[in-house]
Amino acid sequence: MIRLLSLFSLLCFLACNTPTPPEVDTEKLPEKTTAATSKIPVVDYNGLAPIFTQKSDTTYVINFWATWCKPCVAELPYFLELHETYKDQKYKFIFVSLDFPKQIEKKLMPFLEKNPLPGEVIVLDDSDSNTWIPAVDPEWSGAIPATMVYNGDRKIFAEKSFHDFTELSDWVETLK
Amino acid sequence: MKNLFSFVLLLAISTLMFTACSDASKVAEDAAASAQETAEKTVKVVKDQTAQAVNVVNSKGKGYQVGEKAADFKLKNVDGKVVSLGDMKDAKGYIVTFTCNHCPYSVLYEDRLINLHNEMAAKGYPVIAINPNDPKVQPEDSFEGMQERAEEKKFPFVYLFDDNQQVYPLFGATRTPHVFLLDKDMVVQYIGAIDNNAKNPEAVTINYVEDAIMALEKGEKPDPNFTKAIGCSIKTKKI
Repeated sequence: MIRLLSLFSLLCFLACNTPTPPEVDTEKLPEKTTAATSKIPVVDYNGLAPIFTQKSDTTYVINFWATWCKPCVAELPYFLELHETYKDQKYKFIFVSLDFPKQIEKKLMPFLEKNPLPGEVIVLDDSDSNTWIPAVDPEWSGAIPATMVYNGDRKIFAEKSFHDFTELSDWVETLK
Repeated sequence: MKNLFSFVLLLAISTLMFTACSDASKVAEDAAASAQETAEKTVKVVKDQTAQAVNVVNSKGKGYQVGEKAADFKLKNVDGKVVSLGDMKDAKGYIVTFTCNHCPYSVLYEDRLINLHNEMAAKGYPVIAINPNDPKVQPEDSFEGMQERAEEKKFPFVYLFDDNQQVYPLFGATRTPHVFLLDKDMVVQYIGAIDNNAKNPEAVTINYVEDAIMALEKGEKPDPNFTKAIGCSIKTKKI
């Protein structure tokens, strides 16, 4: 039955004769959702660094997490809620994953398929942590979850878990 | 019944697909919306499953700094005996390592920690592994779990349980693994990572702890005496 369904869906798609599948279209939307269908970039710190120094009127919310980190996963719903709250304002969400590159297909992609995140997901793979952790923030010991919010020169950083949406949004508001 | 369900599903899918033909951009929106909806549902489930409060002790201004004397402690080892640093009469120093069972970064360092102990305990610097996590928050890190892991890996070092979570805040440990190298007088001489490549032992170019011990052996101060590394936050109930 499942096979029949798949075949039928495939036929429908072919019948549409659309050059690009819907997944690609969503990529073009201004607020993109990273689903498992998107290609997840893997970068070292040099590749990641530009996200910390954007000079614009956009507020960047950057969360360091990993699928193997339980408190990280637990606080993601509050980031979804935060994204919803600020959807009409200039906010950009970036989720920097510290999942092991070997586990992107096995762990990260299935996770994102079930739990699409409201922003970019980038895998950071850089073994020189003693150099890049202090570069992200001098106060950061390297434990995750950790979150940075910045707008131009104003920046806040927290090495902590957020236990509910209010705690997260109150903290984000302190940037203003 | 199953067939009826399948038929309805088929009908639903075909309706969606045919609508898609007439308006491709609408499909994109629908797909995004339904993905979002699914996401919300799934994330809600995740939220419920992990609703227990998890807290992290912040590193700011807390805990021992290099040069400060650490207080001795008494913690239960996996063999049931209570261990304190003072009991190790021949020690010239202590590789106090906050680690645990569940954290992938701790697991990555298990074999290296075994080798470090085997090499350094003979020189007078034993590894003192301490699990700082609350098993109510992270069940894999229970005392029984520790006993099992110690048995599986044949840990040659003590693996202690900070079951009241009173020791790790004194040290200012924030993650696992997190090493505090103490000298003979229990003065902290080095804080940080074991080496400079967690993911690949083959690619390690600096063995921070080993180098720090070598420096102490020569009567010198370790350099560096503080390094940072990615690790799992220490799991504790929300206060």
